[in-house]
Amino acid sequence: MEGGSVILDESGNELESAVVRFAGDSGDGMQLTGTQFTQATAMARNDLATFPDFPAEIRAPAGTTFGVSAFQIHFGSRTIRTSGDAVDVLVAMNPAALKTNLADLRKGGLIIVDTGAFTARNLSKAGFAASPLEDGTLEGYRKLEVDMTRMTVEAVKPFGLGNKDAQRCKNMWALGLVDWLFGRDRTINEDWLKQKFASKPEIADANVAALNAGHAFGETADMSREFRAFVVPPADIAPGTYRALTGAEGVAMGLVAGARLAGLPLLFTGYPITPASALLHLLAPLKDYGVTTFQAEDEIAAVCAAIGGSYAGALGVTSSSGPGIALKTEAVGLAVATELPLVIVNSQRGGPSTGLPTKTEQSDLYQAVYGRNADSPLAVVACHSPGDAYFAAIEACRLAVKYMTPVMFLTDGYIANAAEPWPIPDFEDHEPFPVAFRTDPEGYQVYARDPETLARDWVKPGTPGLLHRIGGIEKHHLTGDISYDADNHQKMTDNRRNKILGIARDIPDQAVDQGREGGKVAVVGWGSTHGPIGRAVSNMRARGHDVSHIHIRHIWPMPPNMGDLLKSYETILVPEMNTGQLVTILRAEFLIDAKPVNKVNGKPFRIVEIEEALEAWL
Amino acid sequence: MNIQTPASLSPKDYATDQEVRWCPGCGDYAILKAVQKAMADIGADPANTVFVSGIGCAARFPYYMETYGFHTIHGRAPSFATGIKLANPDLDVWVVGGDGDGLSIGGNHTLHAVRRNVDISYLLFNNEIYGLTKGQYSPTSRPGTRSPSTPHGSLDSPVDALSFALGVNARFVARGIDRRQDHLPGLLARAHAHKGCSFVEIIQNCIVYNDGVFEHFTEKEVKADMQLEAEHGKPLLFGKDREKGLRMNRHTLELEVVTLGDDGVREEDIIVHDETNRTIGGALARLKPPDFPVAIGVLYCSPAEQSYEQAVLSQNRAIADKARTKGDMNALLHRGATWEVAA
Repeated sequence: MEGGSVILDESGNELESAVVRFAGDSGDGMQLTGTQFTQATAMARNDLATFPDFPAEIRAPAGTTFGVSAFQIHFGSRTIRTSGDAVDVLVAMNPAALKTNLADLRKGGLIIVDTGAFTARNLSKAGFAASPLEDGTLEGYRKLEVDMTRMTVEAVKPFGLGNKDAQRCKNMWALGLVDWLFGRDRTINEDWLKQKFASKPEIADANVAALNAGHAFGETADMSREFRAFVVPPADIAPGTYRALTGAEGVAMGLVAGARLAGLPLLFTGYPITPASALLHLLAPLKDYGVTTFQAEDEIAAVCAAIGGSYAGALGVTSSSGPGIALKTEAVGLAVATELPLVIVNSQRGGPSTGLPTKTEQSDLYQAVYGRNADSPLAVVACHSPGDAYFAAIEACRLAVKYMTPVMFLTDGYIANAAEPWPIPDFEDHEPFPVAFRTDPEGYQVYARDPETLARDWVKPGTPGLLHRIGGIEKHHLTGDISYDADNHQKMTDNRRNKILGIARDIPDQAVDQGREGGKVAVVGWGSTHGPIGRAVSNMRARGHDVSHIHIRHIWPMPPNMGDLLKSYETILVPEMNTGQLVTILRAEFLIDAKPVNKVNGKPFRIVEIEEALEAWL
Repeated sequence: MNIQTPASLSPKDYATDQEVRWCPGCGDYAILKAVQKAMADIGADPANTVFVSGIGCAARFPYYMETYGFHTIHGRAPSFATGIKLANPDLDVWVVGGDGDGLSIGGNHTLHAVRRNVDISYLLFNNEIYGLTKGQYSPTSRPGTRSPSTPHGSLDSPVDALSFALGVNARFVARGIDRRQDHLPGLLARAHAHKGCSFVEIIQNCIVYNDGVFEHFTEKEVKADMQLEAEHGKPLLFGKDREKGLRMNRHTLELEVVTLGDDGVREEDIIVHDETNRTIGGALARLKPPDFPVAIGVLYCSPAEQSYEQAVLSQNRAIADKARTKGDMNALLHRGATWEVAA
């Protein structure tokens, strides 16, 4: 089993996998610390998955529980599918971090605390009446108490930093210690610090000194034997060149790749919103890749500019999160009516309304599939991991240009921020899907369709001889002239529907991720539940249960074999981070009695939660 | 299909075969005619021209222009136009909309297209009413306007389109009148020649829901006294015999109407229109009857070095030229720390 079953062996210390969580104030640099430990761990050839968990406030008041920022990494010598159920090592940089994270630490787990931050003031801000280091709160855990603040300040003394700047290096001290604890080579962290602070060498040197001091502390300090270094052997990973990849990076590169494979410039438009902004930030510098980015005045302007871009012959892509997608809806309907390519990326977050901006959820599936006025069908594609996001984004671009349709691309806050090692594909291996703009005036009709795809021709304004007008008013099914004719509206509605449904013929059959076709139970998921479902099913199968895992990428339309496949199982379970959206669609489409397994607390499923749900049906 | 060269086109070549569906007598017909004449005068290439509109009576405009046309959604035409220009800056893009479209539901997009200075010609047809939804008062309606939604008279203060545009740093601001066929085509040609966002308010009579609301300055008998045609480099004179003019009151720093010869007023006292002068442009935009004439013509024109999309594209090019990766996809995929896993 993953997560909870890991044992920190006190004598051998050889672990199959381990979960480490860095937690501190949002100003403590925990995300950077976690990212750097991830890099060092990836270099050590462990497989891994990460889970950054940070507050919505940029700088919540220091020392408060709502200002705690955490970064969790699960790594091991075997395939890692999730960021881990239970934490083995918790680094708590202050009392508030300890308070909010202790519950996730497994019994017997190791707590590393910075005693320098356990001041009376910080204890009271965190709501501790007495110091948890002394009052028995930590009974049953192992604890390593170090005055990191003081030791950091001492280590960086030679560089002449002020006290505040000196203390800011303590996250690197902690990283140094954890690097030592797991036998990580910290060269990569050192190189990164030197690069990041290239223009401020004294800051770079101070941080490196703190990193080294933390590492040296582990090596030399008189620590009891239970704190000796742990060994997590390298995983059996397929050969190749790897990098660490976040979901946002996967989507960004997939969109660039998709535009390139279509032979089009990319016009990416957005409006700042958590957690979708990362895409805009990642794409903005890529100007040599034919990418133009536009930060619009609002979500509506962003989608409209993207549609304008597609109209003029670029690949228009817009991105947001649920509330922003809601604002874009009317314009998406126009793209449906005018049959223009458009990719809409939704980095889902907790809702409704503003909801939980920095927490993950999968509750925009209805919005993606049904969420427009009138009969406004479009394609919906969902990615399930950072690496998968790259390929799924390419697929979204392919469908958009081939079928002249908006495509809703679903990712979520968890995928966007999570990182995994990624075997880098060779771009030359991807199948191009070049767009052929119509330039021949002979016989041109605005809404005449390709007999196979039912897509209309894409004509760029500026093309001589093909002048025409399009718009949101219903159009004649061939000429594109305004038409209020009753039969014509029926025909156009049917055309729009059939075009999207026809995509089913152009996508792969639904595969079974683990297990077999037919059998007792299939767990059907979509999006970021891939990891926990995959591990839970694998654990249950290892225990001899007849259970399979199916994960859906093409949410709409679904692969043509989906109905038969689902009906080949006695029971279908659908775990989702919502109150039951895919399950409703599956029930509606295939008349099957699929059962929901739901969770909406802003956090990904734990493996054990899915196992427990499965046990009831096995 | 025959492909004509732009030089040979007459106004009717810019008209489509679609039946025009505005109410008989609507001011939009006159504007359509003026636009088609302007297109012929400037030799616009229909294939390279795009008319973009939102929703409303005015927004049907693209269907009647033999060019490319995109009839979009309510208020958002400037945003579509921005995307079009970013994707293809060589296109000649016109945005057409009414006062509700551009100043109410789409006020935000008008604001940003203007301040960004996207190279579009924005024609705002102002009839001070919602026509297509059957006559509700609009954001430009004068207080007290009786309409189905304000049966006892509207209460809110209207927006002045040109002052709004100048307030968000418009670099070309002009006003025309549907009935002034002698004046409007030339004004549109000026708007088209301006690089950057040219914002043109066109006073337009809604014959069904707001008929005659502008007649105090558009009727034949009053127009000489109530319209001031601003021309760059010429004194701001008006009246049947050009006997009236605008002078700056040194005490109030406001414009005042004076009559040549009265109290020794001479032509030298009259302000000479300088369309690059923002203060004059702003003062002219605000003039209102009955105390003042309505100023028409190019009130302000001061082009920026580059329009928005030109600036974006030149920055894109400059950064791309310096990039070491030169658009290499595999270089992008390998960006950052990588490591090898041996077989």
